[in-house]
Amino acid sequence: MKRLAVAAVTIGALAAVDMLLPRFLNPYFMRVLMLCGISIVLAVSLNLINGFTGQFSIGHAGFMAIGAYSSAIFSMHIGVGWVSALSALGVPQGLAQAAALVVALILGGLAAALAGYFVGLPSLRLRGDYLAIVTLGFGEIIRVIITNVNAVGAARGLPGIPAWANFFWVAVAVIAVVGVSMRIANSTHGRALFAIRDDEVAAEALGVDTTRYKVIAFVIGSFFAGIAGGLFAHYNAYLHPNSFTFLKSIEIIAMVVLGGLGSITGSILAAILLTVLPEALRSAQELRMVLYSMMIIVLMITRPGGLMGSREIDVRRWFGRRRARPA
Amino acid sequence: MTSRTVLRIAPAAALLLAVLTAAGCGGSASQEELVVGEFGSLTGNDATFGTSTKNGVEIALQELQSRSAGKIGGLPVRVVVEDDQSKPEEAATVVQKLINQDRVITVLGEVASSRSLAGAPICQNAGVPMISPSSTNPRVTQVGDYIFRMCFLDQFQGTVMARFTAQTLNLKKVAILKDSKSDYSVGLAQFFTEAFTALGGSIITEQAYQSGDNDFRAQLTAIKAKRPDAIIVPGYYTEAGLIARQARELGLKQPLIGGDGWESEKLTEIGGEALNGCYYSNHWALDSPDPKLQAFLQSYRDKFKGDPDAIGGLAYDAANVLFGAIEKLAEQDPSAFKGLSSAHAGSSARSEAEKKLRDLIAATTNYAGATGTITLDQNRNASKPAVVIEIKDGKKVFNSTFNP
Amino acid sequence: MTEFFQQLVNGVTWGSVYALIALGYTMVYGILRLINFAHGDVYMLGAFFGYFTARFIGAAHDPNPLKALMVLLSAMVACGLVGVVIERFAYKPVRRSSRLSALITAIGVSLLLENGGILVFGADPKFFPQIITAREFTIAHGVTISNQQLIILAVSVALMFALRFIVTRTRVGKAMQAVSFNPTAASLMGISVDRIITFTFMLGSMLAAAAGVLVALQNPKIEPLMGIMPGLKAFVAAVLGGIGNVPGAVVGGLVMGIAEVLVVGYISPTYRDAIAFVLLIVILLVRPAGILGRHVAEKV
Repeated sequence: MKRLAVAAVTIGALAAVDMLLPRFLNPYFMRVLMLCGISIVLAVSLNLINGFTGQFSIGHAGFMAIGAYSSAIFSMHIGVGWVSALSALGVPQGLAQAAALVVALILGGLAAALAGYFVGLPSLRLRGDYLAIVTLGFGEIIRVIITNVNAVGAARGLPGIPAWANFFWVAVAVIAVVGVSMRIANSTHGRALFAIRDDEVAAEALGVDTTRYKVIAFVIGSFFAGIAGGLFAHYNAYLHPNSFTFLKSIEIIAMVVLGGLGSITGSILAAILLTVLPEALRSAQELRMVLYSMMIIVLMITRPGGLMGSREIDVRRWFGRRRARPA
Repeated sequence: MTSRTVLRIAPAAALLLAVLTAAGCGGSASQEELVVGEFGSLTGNDATFGTSTKNGVEIALQELQSRSAGKIGGLPVRVVVEDDQSKPEEAATVVQKLINQDRVITVLGEVASSRSLAGAPICQNAGVPMISPSSTNPRVTQVGDYIFRMCFLDQFQGTVMARFTAQTLNLKKVAILKDSKSDYSVGLAQFFTEAFTALGGSIITEQAYQSGDNDFRAQLTAIKAKRPDAIIVPGYYTEAGLIARQARELGLKQPLIGGDGWESEKLTEIGGEALNGCYYSNHWALDSPDPKLQAFLQSYRDKFKGDPDAIGGLAYDAANVLFGAIEKLAEQDPSAFKGLSSAHAGSSARSEAEKKLRDLIAATTNYAGATGTITLDQNRNASKPAVVIEIKDGKKVFNSTFNP
Repeated sequence: MTEFFQQLVNGVTWGSVYALIALGYTMVYGILRLINFAHGDVYMLGAFFGYFTARFIGAAHDPNPLKALMVLLSAMVACGLVGVVIERFAYKPVRRSSRLSALITAIGVSLLLENGGILVFGADPKFFPQIITAREFTIAHGVTISNQQLIILAVSVALMFALRFIVTRTRVGKAMQAVSFNPTAASLMGISVDRIITFTFMLGSMLAAAAGVLVALQNPKIEPLMGIMPGLKAFVAAVLGGIGNVPGAVVGGLVMGIAEVLVVGYISPTYRDAIAFVLLIVILLVRPAGILGRHVAEKV
């Protein structure tokens, strides 16, 4: 019951914030906020694969693309039909759109998860560096395929996606991905993942079915990348394959690495930082990418653990030990 | 689960919200000035397009400086330029910033239709006019009545190329080599095919490459086997030049015909002698005696030490059309004009002024620009003639004009 | 049939370029187990150094083999230096860190070179001057080959033989082999592992620079982002042939070049980039050690 109450309160609070926010923030800042949220979902989902399980995946943008395009196609062809049908039945439009969006997002996530499964299964037999290049390759293959499929606009892009995404749903996605990550981190499943990260051979020797766990991590990570892609599609209302290049994958990796591999809060903070910072640095736009790359190099040399290492911010410590933690 | 999750994210979220809200509530510049926004790809894959646009607008601004000390109706004009890194979602972000942070009265941009399409809905929703100098996808102006473009549509350009090939050159069987990564190229190829087949011609083979490719021998070898009368290359100058070279190396002697994407001073540098006997349709011919064009050419050469491409010329015209419309508003309706000043940003006076400005831009008729005589039709597209340029002895020479 | 042989000629030419770049990858990986992402950008720098040298000495106005050779050598020397600098400042500090850190560092260096190139050279493509006058020869069956393609083949082969000589017949080459086999044992034998690593980077970068100049001869458009795709494809070629294996890189490069040209010619040019990765996936699933590689059991 307590959980249900907390959930209800959170949802209520988010809905309230969603309605009030436009009063305080102009659309530009709203946009930055939304993009932060989407970046957080991407970073935390990649953290599951790279940080928890120690697998070098650098094709995350490919899964984001699959989620984006699948959910967009669904919304444009089927979703709008549902919304008008529901509205005709008297359902308030906002609610109908929300429902259609949820279905679209989940479909996008599932499509990405499926892709994650098919990519992961053969690739996860490979060792670190090879896996990195293979995932990079898959990301590129996905992008090349999208650029060649006329039905999704190919190189011309896909305009006209219904703009149903709002703060509420981005926040829900963030909570979902963080919640799932934390659940995994604190479970035996998570321990298996950490074991694989620390020493795969030892884990296998101890009876951990490494391939199975790696694939599961991959699938879950891809699912959320697909959700992020769906939100991206329904917020921008326009998709173009150039948004999902290798560079995008690297940006997400930079967030995870900057935050500290394996740290959820690290990924969140780094995602926010790396989304807001370019906006703040607009004046130095020519130097922006150069500074960005130098930051990555310096970070890797001086503090490869990232901002948080593999620790998390534990807020309860700030409030004093109100609840006893099991040792 | 939920409580711990919320507790974990809460501090970060609160921090973020606080920062954004504080910054968002901050006041905007409330000086008496006219702020115009410009967005383009100054970095990334299409960096040359953004730079050309920026240069063209700068010349227009420079002329405004000498004409009236950079002021219209007594208010100084300031142009804010933002880089969208050749990415559509970045284009949306910068347009949002220009409208909400810089409070611009009009947005100039973009070159690539994909990025114009990303920014146009934002301008339309905010009631801020947007003038694209050179986006050719028909969908751009279909977004709404606040969106304009300074160039002809590729539908028209495709027809021009088809008429030239079929009627002027009298060639009936062609091969097409298009850039499948560019919506411009794919669209132009399509429009050409429609017009050309309607004129009785036939496309015997269609090959594709991707912008950035260096080697086209495979496609050219396949084309060579089919023996076309001409090869249509509706892509950009960087590849067109190389394609011409490699075609000649492989023994293909047919003329190559292209669109305004060929327009650049680097074209002949890259293509060299291979381009002799080739043609392309364009917005202007640099050797035309038109005084407006020559004046612009001179100013551009003085300032940037090179020749402008059509993108720069169109940007120049777009900026001037805008300045002209603002000037008209200042003359005809001074009280409404005041609403355009930054000091009135966000007020109803501003929205009123924007509406009037939009109407004035839409009424552009027979404007003598550097890229030709511009009239905006009821779909807010520019109705203007196209010229065909021939390359003779390594130089670009005017060949013929086609009127809409 | 003519078309097929023509495609083969093109494929072998491209293949030798990929081979040159792949050699650098394979040597560095053999010694450091690091995928040097920045290698493709060194190739780009080679083309640009060649471009500036050619313009400086006016090679285009008076094309002669001596000036062309100067262009090639200056590019190679300059990039050799670049390789050394990158190794010293970016890779050496992360040698003790995890593989992922090293990989990310390499990606960072790559981005730095690309964006630095945009900043310094400008994003617009430059046109590499014609330092060799182009001529075509028709060999049997109507197949044409240009003298540029012949030069590419000749220089590539010469450099590959030079490398083989260095690696197998000189002391430093044997030291390289020793370090790639077992760095600890090598250092116990009195080999300065640091010096050898630096030397390897230098060699690899010189080869990449040569590839850059050779490609620019034939495809004169150069721009700061030109190294990304060839770099990735050359890496795939190295894996194809067996990473860490020098002849394997050559074989892999040739397979890569021919496959790519055939796919572009007979299937579709838009899948040109994808074919590299498809090949990679296939080889990793079927024969992960590569064509000429030997499977080394992982010691725990």
